[in-house]
Amino acid sequence: MTTRDTDWDGVRLHVITGKGGTGKTTVAAAMALALATAGHKVLLIEVEGRQGLARLFDRPPLPYEERKVALGLGAQGTGQGGDVYALAVDPEGALLDYLGMFYNLRRTGMALNRLGVMDFATTIAPGLSDVLVTGKATEAARRRVTRGGDHVYHAVVMDAPPTGRIGRFLNVSTEVSALAKVGPIKTHADTVAKVIRSPQTAVHFVTTLEEMPVQETLDGIAELHELTGGAIRAGGIIVNMARPALLSSADLAAAASGTLDVAELAIGLKAAGISENHGLAADLMTELRDHALQVALQDKERDELLTVGAPHYELPMIPDGIDLAGLYQLADALRQQGAA
Amino acid sequence: MAPVRLDMDRIIDDRRTRIIVCCGSGGVGKTTAAAAIGLRAAERGRHTCVLTVDPARRLAQSMGLTSLDNTPRQVDGVDTAGGGSLHAMMLDMKRTFDEIVEAHADPDRAAQILANPFYQSLSSSFAGTQEYMAMEKLGQLRHADEWDLIVVDTPPSRSALDFLDAPQRLGRFLDGRLIRVLTAPAKAGLSYMKVLNTGLAMITGTLTKILGTQVLRDAQTFVTALDTMFGGFRERAESTYRLLQAPGTAFLVIAAPEPDALREASYFVERLDAERMPLAGLILNRVHTSPAERLSAARSLAAAETLEMRDRPNGEPVPGPQRYALAAAALRIHAERMHLGKRERRLAEHFTSAHPAIPVAEVGAQPEDVHDIDGLRVIGALLSGQAP
Repeated sequence: MTTRDTDWDGVRLHVITGKGGTGKTTVAAAMALALATAGHKVLLIEVEGRQGLARLFDRPPLPYEERKVALGLGAQGTGQGGDVYALAVDPEGALLDYLGMFYNLRRTGMALNRLGVMDFATTIAPGLSDVLVTGKATEAARRRVTRGGDHVYHAVVMDAPPTGRIGRFLNVSTEVSALAKVGPIKTHADTVAKVIRSPQTAVHFVTTLEEMPVQETLDGIAELHELTGGAIRAGGIIVNMARPALLSSADLAAAASGTLDVAELAIGLKAAGISENHGLAADLMTELRDHALQVALQDKERDELLTVGAPHYELPMIPDGIDLAGLYQLADALRQQGAA
Repeated sequence: MAPVRLDMDRIIDDRRTRIIVCCGSGGVGKTTAAAAIGLRAAERGRHTCVLTVDPARRLAQSMGLTSLDNTPRQVDGVDTAGGGSLHAMMLDMKRTFDEIVEAHADPDRAAQILANPFYQSLSSSFAGTQEYMAMEKLGQLRHADEWDLIVVDTPPSRSALDFLDAPQRLGRFLDGRLIRVLTAPAKAGLSYMKVLNTGLAMITGTLTKILGTQVLRDAQTFVTALDTMFGGFRERAESTYRLLQAPGTAFLVIAAPEPDALREASYFVERLDAERMPLAGLILNRVHTSPAERLSAARSLAAAETLEMRDRPNGEPVPGPQRYALAAAALRIHAERMHLGKRERRLAEHFTSAHPAIPVAEVGAQPEDVHDIDGLRVIGALLSGQAP
């Protein structure tokens, strides 16, 4: 048990979505590290076959197998973390798993694969392969060590498809029932849907403070609500790569309108021993203006996000690029803000 | 070693260039680049049509793309003094697909296909279909021959390769063994089923078990119907593929100076090469440069710290306004920008050293997003290496 409350106590499946380029894979990994406190196992699932997790954790491509990839972020003071496992789910593997688990038909499944059944499903009915993939995630979230015993995983974090596709991806039950009104696959989809629609699942949106990603986030949240009649709720909004304002608000306003005092800047440069050659102060003023415009844009986008009323988290830009140390830094930021 | 500079104006001014395909991973500014290239070409005298897949709302509005009617509309606010024009359209995936079905099947069969649940799932799903339909629409626009330049923005595929694979994947699927299993009973009746070997019978049995009889029947109806249109589909896919390989086509790979985007770009470059697609160059978008490159990040940061120490001689701020706060902040902002720029350059060099022959055009990061014609014009100028 955790010793403190987080915003998502009771959530067992964290679905992380976001527009391309906003860093949803990074945030999913950071979330898994943050959730894996001492003694807890957390499973991080990748569903798009890009092997982004393997790269992030600096490992060879992940197979269809739950493998330990990192130690979780230690609880404050103890320094002891739990374990983070990773799994790359692909529709073929998920089909074999499904056939093996429910019908004891793993070998037939292999024959089906040779015939190109998954090619068929992904080509003409993506809803069918989506239900297999989400089914694997919900199965891992519900799995117990023994019947009625503890859960194997304290939490499952899914690096899900991008915002533009998330509504349909998670709305498996409806997508499948358009094809199958009855039958085993429909029953399976309903079971999966029940988990996804329960309070045990939260769908978090990753965005940067830029216009298009924010708009897609708002659209994605609305679409999720609309498609599922409010049954799947948006979880938190996680702002990634936020750049802090380095100027006072008065200076920001002045910088944006071009009324900052160049002389003041020049005096400062001189005091720091930097000669003011070729209009350096003026060039730095241009950069201050860009910075002010960017901060103003960020503030505007943040206000838009806040209208949703969802828990809001912000992760800093890691200037040197994301490595394991950077991931722990982000995990710590998530935990400080109560996301995990 | 500095890469070869991509000469955008030469490409768009060359009347032999009939198609420009912008590809790259999601979130790198592909749509904006395609629109900016289209606008610049139009203002330099070409009759241009921009085919876009999923534009941001405000950009779409600024180009007059408010209705999704699957036909190109003239864009207002374009300088047509050079004798050119600009049209733009947003892809309606389902409608494009419906039109193909209607063109290739008799009315009864078309109606049957359009009503089939598998068709409806396929024609409105994003995976694969969007890529295929974008290429189909491109083929149609090119065939109509109303524009002398078509600029197409590719779908934000989860994998950059999907878009090249789409026509072939459909062909392979329709050619596959599974389809023969599924269509066998419908084609030859039950007697044919009897001679199927037990392996196949087991497969159909399993499919029935997993999917249920109704689903299997719908799937069979659908693929049988599709099978009759098979020749037409494949022909179209192949002719579009050839169109892309033709000398009048120029592929542009768009990337942002970030590891993932550049990795996708590398992938794309190699793939285009393998498919013998004419690659014109790489557009490196949102590059951070500084007007004060002469002051290094390290020196700037050291100077900022010096000033901060003067303002706080004992670690505590002295009372009253801090004299050097503004200068210190400016130096920190500069150091951050230089640091980011340096990292981006390193990533870009990594790409160019692996692909030294590929021309590159860089576009500086803009403080604000582009959502009007004037903004597109600025990007177009930057793409061509001109100060706007």
